[in-house]
Amino acid sequence: MEKIYSRTKGLQAPFTGGFCPGCFHGVISKSVAEVLEEMDLLDRAVCVIGVGCCCICSRYFDFDKMNAPHGRAPAVATGLKHGAPKDTVVFTYQGDGDLASIGIAEIMYAANRGENITIVFVNNSTYGMTGGQMAPTTLIGQKATTSPYGRNVAEHGYPMHMCEVLNQLGAPVFIERVSCDSPAGVLKAKKALQKGFQNQLDGKGFSFIELMSSCPTNWGMTPLESVAFMREHTLKEFEVKNFRDR
Amino acid sequence: MERKFMKGSEAIAEAAIRGGCRFFSGYPITPQNEIPEYFARRAPEVDGFSFRQGESEVASVNMVMGAAASGARAMTSSSSPGVALKSEGMSYIAGSALPMVLCSVMRGGPGIGSIQPSQQDYWQATKAMGNGGFKMLVFAPHTVQEAVDMTYTAFDYAERDHNPVCILADGCIASMMEPVSLPEFVSDEDIEKARDKRNYYITIGKGKHADGKHVEISSGAGRVKADVEFMKSYGDIGADYGVRGEVSNRSMAAMFKRWAEKDVAYEEYMMDDAEIVIAAYGTAARVSKAAIAVLRKEGIKAGLLRPILVNPFPTAAFKSLDPKKIKHILDVEMSIPGQMLEDVEHAVQGAIPISTCLRSCGVIISREEIVAAVRNLK
Repeated sequence: MEKIYSRTKGLQAPFTGGFCPGCFHGVISKSVAEVLEEMDLLDRAVCVIGVGCCCICSRYFDFDKMNAPHGRAPAVATGLKHGAPKDTVVFTYQGDGDLASIGIAEIMYAANRGENITIVFVNNSTYGMTGGQMAPTTLIGQKATTSPYGRNVAEHGYPMHMCEVLNQLGAPVFIERVSCDSPAGVLKAKKALQKGFQNQLDGKGFSFIELMSSCPTNWGMTPLESVAFMREHTLKEFEVKNFRDR
Repeated sequence: MERKFMKGSEAIAEAAIRGGCRFFSGYPITPQNEIPEYFARRAPEVDGFSFRQGESEVASVNMVMGAAASGARAMTSSSSPGVALKSEGMSYIAGSALPMVLCSVMRGGPGIGSIQPSQQDYWQATKAMGNGGFKMLVFAPHTVQEAVDMTYTAFDYAERDHNPVCILADGCIASMMEPVSLPEFVSDEDIEKARDKRNYYITIGKGKHADGKHVEISSGAGRVKADVEFMKSYGDIGADYGVRGEVSNRSMAAMFKRWAEKDVAYEEYMMDDAEIVIAAYGTAARVSKAAIAVLRKEGIKAGLLRPILVNPFPTAAFKSLDPKKIKHILDVEMSIPGQMLEDVEHAVQGAIPISTCLRSCGVIISREEIVAAVRNLK
């Protein structure tokens, strides 16, 4: 019998979980690892991991990895890229609180300098690990522990659209938002990740991939409800599309 | 050895390059702007060197953290409120057991302070650069030449200890011009050899480590991987996060103890027959030497005990001062309140009376003030 599918070597066994049921970090981190393996990069990749649920990946990723302070991963990756071997792929793995709030300066300027790195940005509209506080990406009206009556524009402003913001800059070469809510979406996400890593190998510069996720635990929903909510609301606010491919 | 007339900041930057520094990131803040400016000018001339102007102090120190993880000798510099902003990164660097050099050019007080020479950040540098109880070797140059020599060797200490090293200067050291002898360039081969000693992350981006695993750098228990010697007495400590973190902290504590035993450095200036001992470091010590020359002419037997490193502090040297011989200690600092004063008091334990001669907020202490303070000792 032919073996047509096996777990990627990019994830350490035993992959016993750590993410909540229904969370997309599992499929996203698996996709990252699979793409790296497919591109034969497992021995040449370094992941700079942010702070939040994303750092649970440091248990699983079976390639070089480094934990950055909250929000600072793009700065750490900038320095790391300098001294690493030339054919190393340096990428960050960050959530939306990490990247779009406390790390807003670091992401903006790494992008604006056009650093030859790749950013993997997981957007689940909440601070997951700390228990569901309002994130820069929380939708208008969406409840969080620090916006218990729902996010309102008067007090909290509008959700941050990082792809659109970065698309104002001159230097980035690749900006795409994908969603992993379906098998087709996962395949598209993998393609975008591959493109992001290949750009770096080709010396082209800064690539940014935003992967939409749900957070059933902190949204207070079942996994299925959270996917339905995502399709009905989140993906309308955060349009899945390619913004730039140079 | 090349002899040059150089500004302190620029001499520090050149010494770093000659010491093998290959990555610098910083952010503009007076009175240390000439350090990043010099690195930026020199960058294209030095093979393999990268300069980045960070978007913030925070980003700068994190870039250095990444560069250090990649195996490059890396450095940042700043001044008081800027150093405070770097404290997050410094703590992560120490926690991750990464070597780097920080040059802190002190300002004169809390908040924005003053940009003129001051020594108001002794506690920040020696006691609490950031969260988590880490410390650094803190070198306190009192001449530009000393700043050059200290910066040049700082990278060796950082790599020896897998820990950041601090050069603690002030606006005087950074701004004044003095003739300096510049050390030879560390060769690429020597840098490479030093790099090989960085056991646990040497393979970053190059496949699996000899232990069959990929590199994992984390500030949670960094020393467990870095401090190979220390870990020999522990054997396998398992994967429990709390256990590993605690052992890592024990390694840190053991390192502090080693520093106190082996790395203490101080200068005894005219101490043989001294009856009055001035305790001072950096620029305050420099001025104190001039004051001692005046006092000696008056027949007052004054000497100077100058910590060359302010951490580890030369506690034993102060402790061993003979109360029968030494009538008084005068703590001279460009800081109000006196900060090193607490370390002197801790060492002397009341055996010898201690007075202070302090200026602050950018007022450079004068020879005359110190002379007068010594004369007035009772």
